[in-house]
Amino acid sequence: MKTLLKNREMLLVAAIVALVVLIATRFPGFVRPQNLANVYNDTSILIILALGQMAVILTRCIDLSMAASLALCGMVAAMLNAAVPGLPIPLVILVAMALGAVLGSVNGLLVWKLDIPPIVVTLGTLTIYRGLIFLISGGAWINAHQMSDAFKALPRGAVLGFPLLSWLSLVMIALMFVVMSRTPLGRAFFAVGGNPHAAVYTGIDVGRTRFFAYCLSGTLAGLSGYLWVSRYAVAYVDIAAGFELDIIAACVIGGVSIAGGIGSVAGTVLGALFLGVIKNALPVINISPFAQMAISGTVIIIAVAVNARAEKRKGRVILRKAEAH
Amino acid sequence: MLQDTTTSRMKPAVALEGISKSFPGVRALSEVSLSLYPGSVTALVGENGAGKSTLVKILTGIYQPDEGTIRVDGAETRFPTANSAAKAGVTAIHQETVLFDELSVAENIFLGHAPRTRLGLIDWAKMNADARALLARVGADLDPSIRLRDLGIASKHLVAIARALSIDARVVIMDEPTAALSHKEIHELYELVDRLKADGKAILFISHKFDEIFRIADRYTVFRDGRMVGEGLISGTTQDDLVRMMVGRDVGQVFPKQEVAIGEPVLTVSGYRHPTEFEDIGFELRRGEILGFYGLVGAGRSEFMQSLIGITKPSAGAVKLDGAVKIIRSPAEAIAAGIVYVPEERGRQGAIIGLPIFQNVTLPSLSRTSRAGFLRLAEEFALARDYTSRLDLRAASLDQDVGTLSGGNQQKVVIAKWLATRPKVIILDEPTKGIDIGSKAAVHAFMSELAAAGLSVIMVSSEIPEIMGMSDRVIVMREGRIAGRFERAELSAEKLVRAAAGIEEAA
Repeated sequence: MKTLLKNREMLLVAAIVALVVLIATRFPGFVRPQNLANVYNDTSILIILALGQMAVILTRCIDLSMAASLALCGMVAAMLNAAVPGLPIPLVILVAMALGAVLGSVNGLLVWKLDIPPIVVTLGTLTIYRGLIFLISGGAWINAHQMSDAFKALPRGAVLGFPLLSWLSLVMIALMFVVMSRTPLGRAFFAVGGNPHAAVYTGIDVGRTRFFAYCLSGTLAGLSGYLWVSRYAVAYVDIAAGFELDIIAACVIGGVSIAGGIGSVAGTVLGALFLGVIKNALPVINISPFAQMAISGTVIIIAVAVNARAEKRKGRVILRKAEAH
Repeated sequence: MLQDTTTSRMKPAVALEGISKSFPGVRALSEVSLSLYPGSVTALVGENGAGKSTLVKILTGIYQPDEGTIRVDGAETRFPTANSAAKAGVTAIHQETVLFDELSVAENIFLGHAPRTRLGLIDWAKMNADARALLARVGADLDPSIRLRDLGIASKHLVAIARALSIDARVVIMDEPTAALSHKEIHELYELVDRLKADGKAILFISHKFDEIFRIADRYTVFRDGRMVGEGLISGTTQDDLVRMMVGRDVGQVFPKQEVAIGEPVLTVSGYRHPTEFEDIGFELRRGEILGFYGLVGAGRSEFMQSLIGITKPSAGAVKLDGAVKIIRSPAEAIAAGIVYVPEERGRQGAIIGLPIFQNVTLPSLSRTSRAGFLRLAEEFALARDYTSRLDLRAASLDQDVGTLSGGNQQKVVIAKWLATRPKVIILDEPTKGIDIGSKAAVHAFMSELAAAGLSVIMVSSEIPEIMGMSDRVIVMREGRIAGRFERAELSAEKLVRAAAGIEEAA
């Protein structure tokens, strides 16, 4: 399994490299280091969100409300900044993350305590969270001039030549890597998704584990909410509308099994990068936005087909001599 | 007895002759015969594993016999598919009736052969009218248009029987139909069986309950270890005779039970009860002891065990472990207290496919292998290596996915997982169900070693040889209560069967 997974990740790396090379033949400027760094920076928010989604999908759930949570937290952060411009930005970020955690925990509680199917819960909260943005903002936009300079500057601030946004996503990747591979909670995500019935007998509370996965995805959505709004310097009801599908697509392309229990931080990051390269490269080589969507969709289906085949190939080992590897 | 003479003169509706069926490693049926007569109820009696289910599957075309013939009205025939058996008029009503909850009663009755209008559309008016007529024949006052999910189990049985009538079934197989029914519903079912009998159906009635066999059956056939060991008229036999035929085996199987000095009490359970599943469960378990829990399927043994480890909540009851009162509210607390439960369905509830071997082993022991909330992989590896090597696990690396192992090795991983928690009490639920004889012996030997090493073992089993061969003491449960306690010295198969089936001691 490990080698298979590694293979799958290597496959993805190869696909990304091939894609980049292909684009470079049409548009050499794409592979300039500065441009590649920009592509990464552009994908940073997707990476952060996909890591949260990964945790949820690993537990056999799904979070359709991530983009809506992002928009709601982003709106609250922007309104807070507009109302109290002097408030330190780290505090604004903390508020956004805390609100995201609360929104996530609502999903988690509904799934855990009321046993409602995750897809239904998050489809409902998606609509509710979008509605809340309208309620608190009255449908009005918060524009760049209403935000303080510090609010807008933070993701752009350069450290060692790279924007803080990129650094932040790297920190999140590192944190998630530690959580997934070195904490009992990370292990529980895999166990609950891999075999929920068996997990119960080993003393893992399946519902509570799912609850924490939703809290995690909510918190990351909250963080992303601030990052999104400050980066694009605008907040309104419909920001990131439909982005939940990109998030799930990044996970699926990255080898996270929609049936739960299988996936990795590295794969998810690569899946998000793959989508990021496509989205950044196709416009520069003059492919129409509609063709872009078709291409993204095709890639997702190919990725799922590859993953499904890889999982099926395992089969059952009956021959004694086949057991050794 | 008028009927008996008529059945003996009548031709069987369906007759099986010299049927044998083998599965890899097991001979499930060997040259068995069975005749089912129109207007007569034949009870099929036998312990778990005697071959009753295999026979039913052959009768309904799900399995093909290796040898032997099936005759319908005297003519030799074959049931290559379930459909061909249904066409010949053989229909089975299972313990968990196979119907569709979301469809209406009428749709369930006529699924696949609904009356059509001239345009080829389903004729709803005729279907509902026909359904009502069929339901009236089985004495069910049900509205054909209501959804099946709104019915109780007994009513669902009636719908299943109405379906059987709708395809003009001549042979009706009832596989433990009363297992999930209440007293009142059971009596309604008896009346229905009488009515089917009067209708001229041949009925095969599979049951563990002797009172109902003697209430409704005309004939009996006893299976033991895949052989037919007796048949005849119910009026010409007694409960004692049937029990003797069921269990009267030669004690050929030798169990690898070690003599272990039984120590002080480890676990004391008293007054355990649950609103619907069991009551008044109390016992003592001593160090080095193997305590067998015997009973019919559905007697509440697994339900009690799950309550003991905190998966379900008992409404009352106390547990003392090593002399200290313990409250166990979750499996995690049970594991911490030293009680582990190896569940029956190891596929569904055992190994976690997708996790590597070592992570499977350490899953319930993570609090021991982690420091300050972080896992320590080196310690996990050490723990996993320790316990998997004790069990002689064959794997290239502990880092490989447990899903790449064979079933037997997966089972070793699951056992290593539980032993690694260093339990005081290990509960094994049907530890040898569905595995071949060689693996059974290995599991039994291992169980003995555990007891010899000072563990206390609770073994839930429905197999009498296993219970008798391995247990130091046996508790028999029936309908959620303790129906008997036996020391090893006084064990006999007849006593166990009597206690489990609720038969009074012979005078």
